[in-house]
Amino acid sequence: MREHLWWRHLIGLAALVFALVPILFLISAALNPIGTLSTTSLLPSGASFSNFSKLFHDPNSPYVRWYVNTLVICGVSAVLNVLIGVSGAYAFSRLRFRGRRPGLTGIMLVQMFPNFISLTALYLTFISIGGVLPAFGLNTSLGLILVYLGGAMGVNTWLLKGYLDTIPKELDESARIDGATETQVFFKVVLPLARPMLVVVGLFSFVSFLNEILLAGVFLTDTTHKTLAVGLYGLVSGNHNTDYGEFAAGSLLAGIPVVLIYLYLQKYLVKGLTAGAVKG
Amino acid sequence: MTAAPYERAARLSWPRVVFVGLVAAFAVLTIPTLVDKHSWTGVAISVAVTAILAYVYLTPKRIAARFLVPGTILLLAFQVYPVAYTITTAFTNYGDGHRLSQSQAVAQIEADSVLEQPGAQRYELSVATKTTDTSGAFVFFLTDPNGKVERGDASGLTPVPDSQVTKDQFTGKVTTAAGWHILTGIQVNGLGQRLSTFAVPTSGGFIKSVGLSEAYIGQFTMKYDAAAHTMTDTRTSTVYKASGGEFKAADGSGKTLPIGWKVGVGFKNFTSVLTDAAIRGPFLRVLIWTIAFAVLSVLTTFALGLLLAVVMDHPRMRGRKLYSSLLLLPYAMPAFITTLVWSSMYNKDFGLLNKLFGTHIDWLGSPWAARGSVLLTNLWLGFPYMFLVCAGLLQAVPQELKEVARVDGASAVRVFRSVTMPTVLIGAMPLLIASFGYNFNNFNLIRLLTDGGPYPSGSSTAGDTDILISYTYRLAFGGQGAQYGLASAISFLIFVLVGLITYGGFRQTRQLEEVYAR
Repeated sequence: MREHLWWRHLIGLAALVFALVPILFLISAALNPIGTLSTTSLLPSGASFSNFSKLFHDPNSPYVRWYVNTLVICGVSAVLNVLIGVSGAYAFSRLRFRGRRPGLTGIMLVQMFPNFISLTALYLTFISIGGVLPAFGLNTSLGLILVYLGGAMGVNTWLLKGYLDTIPKELDESARIDGATETQVFFKVVLPLARPMLVVVGLFSFVSFLNEILLAGVFLTDTTHKTLAVGLYGLVSGNHNTDYGEFAAGSLLAGIPVVLIYLYLQKYLVKGLTAGAVKG
Repeated sequence: MTAAPYERAARLSWPRVVFVGLVAAFAVLTIPTLVDKHSWTGVAISVAVTAILAYVYLTPKRIAARFLVPGTILLLAFQVYPVAYTITTAFTNYGDGHRLSQSQAVAQIEADSVLEQPGAQRYELSVATKTTDTSGAFVFFLTDPNGKVERGDASGLTPVPDSQVTKDQFTGKVTTAAGWHILTGIQVNGLGQRLSTFAVPTSGGFIKSVGLSEAYIGQFTMKYDAAAHTMTDTRTSTVYKASGGEFKAADGSGKTLPIGWKVGVGFKNFTSVLTDAAIRGPFLRVLIWTIAFAVLSVLTTFALGLLLAVVMDHPRMRGRKLYSSLLLLPYAMPAFITTLVWSSMYNKDFGLLNKLFGTHIDWLGSPWAARGSVLLTNLWLGFPYMFLVCAGLLQAVPQELKEVARVDGASAVRVFRSVTMPTVLIGAMPLLIASFGYNFNNFNLIRLLTDGGPYPSGSSTAGDTDILISYTYRLAFGGQGAQYGLASAISFLIFVLVGLITYGGFRQTRQLEEVYAR
C-alpha cells in the first residue's frame, strides 16, 4: 500500500505561509516607496530603494555607526563569552578541585535572578568606573561589553561542560602522558574537538547580544553609540507610521546576515539545540 | 610535547607572564587616579584582582583556578554584586522620595525651604570652582547693588577686594577672579540639584541662587532639631517627627514632607505583596497570567513543532531540506526585529492583519485579544526551535522498535503514542523546562509587543498582558513613583519561583529517565 503524502505537504505549506507572512511583509515595507506603515501591504506596491538611501543619509539615525557598534559589541562579547565559558567548562569537566559541585550549582542559581533589576546597581557602578576610567564608563562600548561578560560563566558553561563530557577523556589523558601541559591539552586537544559546539554557542551569544535592548538601552544613550536594536527600536517607538520604511530597511540589512549564517550552520544548530541551548 | 614532567612544573610560559604584566601595568596606571578621587574601594579592588591573578597564573599549583578565575571575577563584579545589592534593597523603602540618606534629606528640606525676605537686596551671581573640574566643590561670587564683591561658600562670606576680580560693566557680575574658574551658564546649569541645595550662611539668613546669575538672601522656614529628630515649619509652627524614613506631622493630620530618606523596612516589601490589597490584586493577576503565558507558550510551540517534525519525518517526503530551511527563518531573524514587525501588523488602523482580513479588530487593545496576540507571536517566534529539536529527536527513535510494534499489529497512532512520543518527550523535557523558564522571564516580547497593555481602568502599573518581569520593571523604573524596594522584593520572589520550578523540573526528568532505563 502506497501512503499518500499530499496531506503532509498541505500542513507543510500552511506552516510556511504562517512562517513567511511577517517576513514578506517586512521585505515589502522595506521596498515600499512611500515608507509609511499606513501604505504597506503584503506584496510590495512598487520597488524602490528610497528607504535605504534615507536610512543612510538620515543624520538622526547614523545607521552605519549603529551597524559597526553592533558588530564590535556583539562580536567581541561573543568571542570572549565563548572563551571564558569554555575555560570554565573545561575546569568543571576535566579537573577535580574543591568547590566544584557548589561552583556549578552557584553558576546556575545566579542566572535565575532576573538580571534587569540589577540595572540600578550596574548603573551606579559604571558611573563610578567612568569617573576613573572614562573608556569603560556609561555610553561606551567597552563598558557594555564588560557587563555582558558578567554572564559569560553562566548557562554557556553548563552547556559546554555537557559537550566536553562527551569527548573521550582518553584523548587528553594520552596527550598528558606525552608531556602536554594543562594549557596545551586545553588549546590543542579539547578546543579543536569542541569546535562545532563553540561555533553554535558563539552564534547564540552573538544573537542574544544583538537582541539585547534593556542594558544597551540604559547604557548607550548617545545616538552615535547606539546599537542596531536600540536605534531601530527608537525609529518605531516614537512614531509608528512615518519612519516605518526606514525601520524595515534597516531591519532587513541587520537580519539577512544572521539568517544566512543560521542557514549555513543549520546542521550544527540541531546538535547545539538538543544539547540544551535555549533560543538567543 | 616531549618535555619532561619536572621541567613542565617549573616552567613559566610567557603568555601568562605577559597577561599578568599587562594587568599589573593597568592597575599601576589606574591607582593614582583612584587615590586622587579618594576611591579606596577602587584601590582595594585593583590590588586584590592583580594579586589574585598574579598568584594564580605565576605559581605552579592553581591549575583549575587558571581556567576559572577570569570568568569568576567578571561574574562576581557584574552579576553577583548587583544581585546582592538588589537583595539588600529589597529590605528598604528605596525609591522615588526615598533616595537620599537622612542627613541629605534634612539638608535638602532645609535648603528647599529658604524663602526670600520681602524687600531684601539681590546679588549678581557667578559660580566658580578651584579647577576646571566642575564635579567638586564650588563657591559663589556675589556682587551687591553697591558693587561690593563677596565670596560665599558653605561656611560663610568673605569680602573680595576689587583688585582681584573684573566685573561686567553694566551688571557688576564677576567675570574673572584671580585663582578661580568662573563657570559658564551651561556648566552652572549642569550643577543641577547641587546648585539648588547650596546655601551660603550669613548673619541674617542664607544666600541662595535664583536662576543662573542671581542670588537672594533668604531664611529657612524649616528648622531641623537634631536632638529631637523633628523638623519645624516656622511659618505654621507645625512639628514634623522623623519616623519610617519620612517626616510625619505630629499633630495627627497625617501630613508628611515630600522628601524622605532610605531606611530599612524589614520584610515589609515582602509581606505587602501578600497583604496589601492594592499590591496583591495586580500581583496575583500578573502571576497567573505569567504562568499561563509560559505554559501555553511551551505547549503551543512544542505541539506545532512536533506536528511539523512528524509530518516531515517520512522517507519519501520531498523538499524536506527546503521546508526546514524556510521554517527556520522566524527563528533566525533577530527577535527584536520580528517582534516589532508583529506589533505593527496588529495595528488597528494600518496593520497588515486587519488589511488582509478586512476586519477592524483592536488586536492589542482589548485584554483577551491582546493575550491571544502575544501567544500567537510567541508561537511564531518559538515553533521553529521546537521543530528543529523534535526533528533531531525523531531521528533518535529506534527504528527496530517501531517496526516490531508495527509487526505486532499496532496502528500508526498507537506506535506514535507508545514508542515515538516517550522517546521524544524524554529528550525534550529538559528543553521544555528551560523554555518555560525562558518564557517566564520573556521581557523583550512583552516590552516590544504590548508594553504590558492594555491597562485595566484604574491601574497604571499592571497591564493585562504584563508578565511578572515587565510588571516589576515598571515598578522599578516606571515613570510614576519608582518603588525600587518593592520591585527588588518581587524580583527575589521571581528568582525563588523560577529556581524552584526549574529545580523540581530537572529532578522530575531524572526520575523519568530512570523509569525509562528500567
